[in-house]
Amino acid sequence: MTAPLARHAGVLARLSNVDKVYANGTVALRGLDLEIGEGEFLSLLGPSGCGKSTVLRLVAGLGDVSAGRIEWSGANGRAGLPRGDIGFVFQEPTLMPWATVWKNVLLPLKLRGVPAEEADGRVREAVGLVGLGGFEHAYPRELSGGMKMRVSIARALVTHPRLLLMDEPFAALDEITRFKLDNDLLELWAKQRWTVVFVTHSVYESVYLSTRIAVMTARPGRTASEVAIKAPAPRDDAFRTSPLYNEYCREVSARLAAASAT
Amino acid sequence: MRAVLGRAVPPVVIGLIVLSLWETLVRVKQVAVYILPGPLLIVTTLVKDWGTLYPSLLVTLAITGAALLVATVAGVLIAILFTQSRWVERSLFPYAVILQVTPIVAIAPLIIIWVKNIPVALLICAWIVAFFPIVSNTTLGLNSADHNLLNLFQLYGASRRQVFWHLRLPSAMPYFLGGLRISGGLALIGAVVAEFVAGTGGTQSGLAYRVLESGYTMQIPRMFAALFMITCTGIVIFLALNGLSHLVLRKWHESAVAREG
Repeated sequence: MTAPLARHAGVLARLSNVDKVYANGTVALRGLDLEIGEGEFLSLLGPSGCGKSTVLRLVAGLGDVSAGRIEWSGANGRAGLPRGDIGFVFQEPTLMPWATVWKNVLLPLKLRGVPAEEADGRVREAVGLVGLGGFEHAYPRELSGGMKMRVSIARALVTHPRLLLMDEPFAALDEITRFKLDNDLLELWAKQRWTVVFVTHSVYESVYLSTRIAVMTARPGRTASEVAIKAPAPRDDAFRTSPLYNEYCREVSARLAAASAT
Repeated sequence: MRAVLGRAVPPVVIGLIVLSLWETLVRVKQVAVYILPGPLLIVTTLVKDWGTLYPSLLVTLAITGAALLVATVAGVLIAILFTQSRWVERSLFPYAVILQVTPIVAIAPLIIIWVKNIPVALLICAWIVAFFPIVSNTTLGLNSADHNLLNLFQLYGASRRQVFWHLRLPSAMPYFLGGLRISGGLALIGAVVAEFVAGTGGTQSGLAYRVLESGYTMQIPRMFAALFMITCTGIVIFLALNGLSHLVLRKWHESAVAREG
């Protein structure tokens, strides 16, 4: 159920006491509370199968909550689901195999009827942002896993979303590629300041990227605790080796262990 | 090109060996021509009777082609209708199955009685045989669009029409082409069977009738020649549809992409 949210400074969406029960009886979420702040980089961290992806899908409007509510503070006071302002990056690249990189990235704009001239510029920009310039006419099968994921990110960014939902996007990538994509993502976020909800099962990745981490329990999932990561921006490889980073990793790991044990 | 030659050589060699054995056997054993003519005699008959056989080939080809065309158009439209509503599919699909499993030989006489125009009757018979693989494959294809891509389209507020054109139709393409390849052969079989049942002579008679007629008049070499032409027609249809499939899918579908390395 979607309802207007009493305007609260800086909150984009609030999930209150959300349950999600699938048709087969699986209880994915039970009594989940979560606030998504405007402009923050929020990570959902939890063990496999804890319902992290389910939270993202509910926020995206792909499926309804079984109980509880999701409230939105709409732009210019208008409440409602900002569907047009959401970009989604799935676990898999989820590209159309029959279409080139260019056409895959163009898709959201085409579905919305954005004029060709404007769309061309935006696609070029998005393809460039993810470092795939020169591969516009390649088909997905000709690309590596990492490049496919970059296409998927470009497709999510091409609409200039206010909220970017990412479901373990880099989990299948090698470490070098993942670090590079982490840095690129942070750089883009610093510049463009969309709100990010990032699902991951990596403590290190969540600490590196996030301004706040919500640690979830094992299934049925709910928020066990939250950690604000107060580290300076811009974050770079120096941050990865700093004592502060290690301290946060230790704390988040402990909280994750505690949450998984309950 | 070398790969194509490499693939073509072994079956051609086998064919030549079998034909030589056949010719030798017929000559050594002095098999009567009306029991089993040798390949050389069949070829000479084919050349000699080309004037009769070629028009019949055109008749059979026309019926097969028209039936395949109608089966494709009707099959795709019916498949689209099926995917618009579960109820339509549930209500009509059993009848498509019934049409498919009823032997065409059994219903062809009825159709020929009901439809006075023989070419049209033959076309209907061939169509009945050919359309099912296209309907069932295309329906399957339209329903097998990637689930996450459907979610993505939903997320970006795609209309039903957009989902259909940009997602369901391209997803269905490999399935449709698979169905088309089966239907191509079936259309020919349907046309030939219907011609056998109709058994009419005259200028409008196809290759199947030439087979029948040659049998009645004990012109067994000509019977074989007509049979040979039917087989060749089937092979050409198969190769043509294979080529079409490859042409459409070569950029992206695993079935048409050469494995690297």
